[in-house]
Amino acid sequence: MTQYVAPRPGSSGARRLVGGPRPSDRIFRGLSYGSAALIMVILAGVAVFLIIKAAPAIAASWSTGDLASGTTAGYANFWAYSGPLIWGTLWMSFIGLLIGAPVAVGIALFISHYAPRSLAGILGYLVDLLAAVPSIIFGLWGIAVIRPYLLPFSHFLTEYLGWFPPFGGQVSTTGSTVLAGAVVLGVMVLPIITSITREIFLQTPRLHEEAALALGATKWETVRLAVFPYARSGMVSAILLGLGRALGETMAIALIISPSIVFSVALLTENQNSQTIAANIAVNFPESNDLPRAGLIGTGLMLFVISFAVNFAARWIVGRTGGSAKERRSRKIAPPSDAASILTLDVAASPLEALEPRGSSAHPEGQEPSIPELRD
Amino acid sequence: MSKRIEVNDLNVYYDKFLAVEGVSIEIEPRSVTAFIGPSGCGKSTFLRTLNRMHEVIPGAHVTGHVFIDGDDLYAPGVDPVLVRREVGMVFQRANPFPTMSVRDNVLAGVKLNNVRLPKRDADDLVEKSLVNANLWNEVKDRLGAPGSSLSGGQQQRLCIARAIAVQPDVLLMDEPCSALDPISTLAIEDLIHELKSEYTIVIVTHNMQQATRVSDKTAFFNIAGTGKPGHLIEFDDTTTIFSNPKVKATEDYVSGRFG
Ligand SMILES: Nc1ncnc2c1ncn2[C@@H]1O[C@H](COP(=O)(O)OP(=O)(O)O)[C@@H](O)[C@H]1O
Ligand SMILES: [Mg+2]
Repeated sequence: MTQYVAPRPGSSGARRLVGGPRPSDRIFRGLSYGSAALIMVILAGVAVFLIIKAAPAIAASWSTGDLASGTTAGYANFWAYSGPLIWGTLWMSFIGLLIGAPVAVGIALFISHYAPRSLAGILGYLVDLLAAVPSIIFGLWGIAVIRPYLLPFSHFLTEYLGWFPPFGGQVSTTGSTVLAGAVVLGVMVLPIITSITREIFLQTPRLHEEAALALGATKWETVRLAVFPYARSGMVSAILLGLGRALGETMAIALIISPSIVFSVALLTENQNSQTIAANIAVNFPESNDLPRAGLIGTGLMLFVISFAVNFAARWIVGRTGGSAKERRSRKIAPPSDAASILTLDVAASPLEALEPRGSSAHPEGQEPSIPELRD
Repeated sequence: MSKRIEVNDLNVYYDKFLAVEGVSIEIEPRSVTAFIGPSGCGKSTFLRTLNRMHEVIPGAHVTGHVFIDGDDLYAPGVDPVLVRREVGMVFQRANPFPTMSVRDNVLAGVKLNNVRLPKRDADDLVEKSLVNANLWNEVKDRLGAPGSSLSGGQQQRLCIARAIAVQPDVLLMDEPCSALDPISTLAIEDLIHELKSEYTIVIVTHNMQQATRVSDKTAFFNIAGTGKPGHLIEFDDTTTIFSNPKVKATEDYVSGRFG
């Protein structure tokens, strides 16, 4: 404070304290506001495009004209056409997640808590590389490797578990099944789910892990007591992000499965494989006339809506935990005044803050009061 | 229940760094032993070797022996998980599982042992542990509330309840009151007094008055300089350490002329 500050050359002794925003600030602010606005414009533009282009097919009669022939033949209206496709998209993504998500979480857990440090680094790097593989490559891999590889397994499932509808029916001879597609999807959703859950697992407060270990918890028990409860909502949003990826996947599915536009849960058959929206568009768009194209764009609109719904669901889940934390805090008469609980609040701050920098802070204490069950 | 701790020539390393050197000490059952000494002299490090919690830190290892009632904790084949079920620990910062209810926090360690407790027994155990931790009256009406909804002092007593619910032989406490207000601190000191009849208690404290109030014996640790290993300088009855220590460094420290 008392140090002598050399007057700047050119200044007349007193420092200038008054001034407008610097030009660099103004430019940068303009740029960032501009790009934010641009995103909204693009999004709205896409929605408007989809609606305008799809409207003719949604309004048209499907029993006459262009729509009554070719790939769109035999559907009463747009909804009869898009319904099975929506189902197929959800079903395929669901099976893909069912296969991919547990593996992804397992890999994340292995990297964060089990692997020696050197191996963890390499594995993390490999998983990130997986994200960079183009989906057409996954498609080729699915055709060449996964399809034949799954056939014996498919026969086994049908023979012994055929009473369960997804495993029922005549097993495909080529292997171009929903199961093969879902396995490839499962691999494709691995990287995003793994990298997000890994980060969250790594942020588990040491404090809580040590609490579990000091009670005589094994590694796995420590994960169950300290890591999972802390990472729960982060895991859910990671999986929903994976779902987002699976929903829109086109090429791999288009290459692998031999589809039908049907409501079917069959995973292993030749001709009961529910087609997905994205693959259906990719396959049929080039050869369609105007109205059938409009029909395809209409299904694209449905996909757009589904993706939005998934995103909102993810946000809602994350936001719900944040919301109840806020409620709880406002219900408290006074903030905790003693150091320990402040410290605990501090370290318990949710990892979702890292994902959600806009401050939908989710303290674990704020998570809905349902308590993770201790199962033995 | 309460067991005797005997440490023979223990060295503790973080990787190659020797943090604590040549500690030998004997701690009697049903007693409270305080570890005092300047920051960084290895009190926490040494304490954590008494239930092998130091092994949680990659690279941390020991040479030497720790016997609990004659059983060597560092004999080959000893499972650190089982050691920690016998030697409980309470940390500087209260660390209840934040999303778990008060009741489930108390039962957390018990359920780990894969015992299926009938509800009645579980209720009894929860009540007994919370009563012993002097917390029952404050939380008996909100056993279902999350652990993080308690005050800091209550959270620390909840951690003590959780530690004693598994009926360990020894209870280690690393500065359990250093983040608490004076009233909560006194509550925990009272609790230590009561627990002494059943457990061997070792407590690290920075607070000399606390050491004199709660402990029967006091161990003074010191360090020659940063980067040097910590040593056990003097170990004696608490009254002796504070009124009539044999080593000059101890006298300097307890009289506040040092660190
Ligand atoms: N996790 C760790 N990794 C490496 N060195 C550590 C670690 N924890 C403590 N140390 C070192 O061990 C020495 C003793 O630390 P500590 O046991 O925490 O002292 P105290 O509890 O007496 O303050 C210090 O030099 C400290 O830097
Ligand atoms: Mg310490």
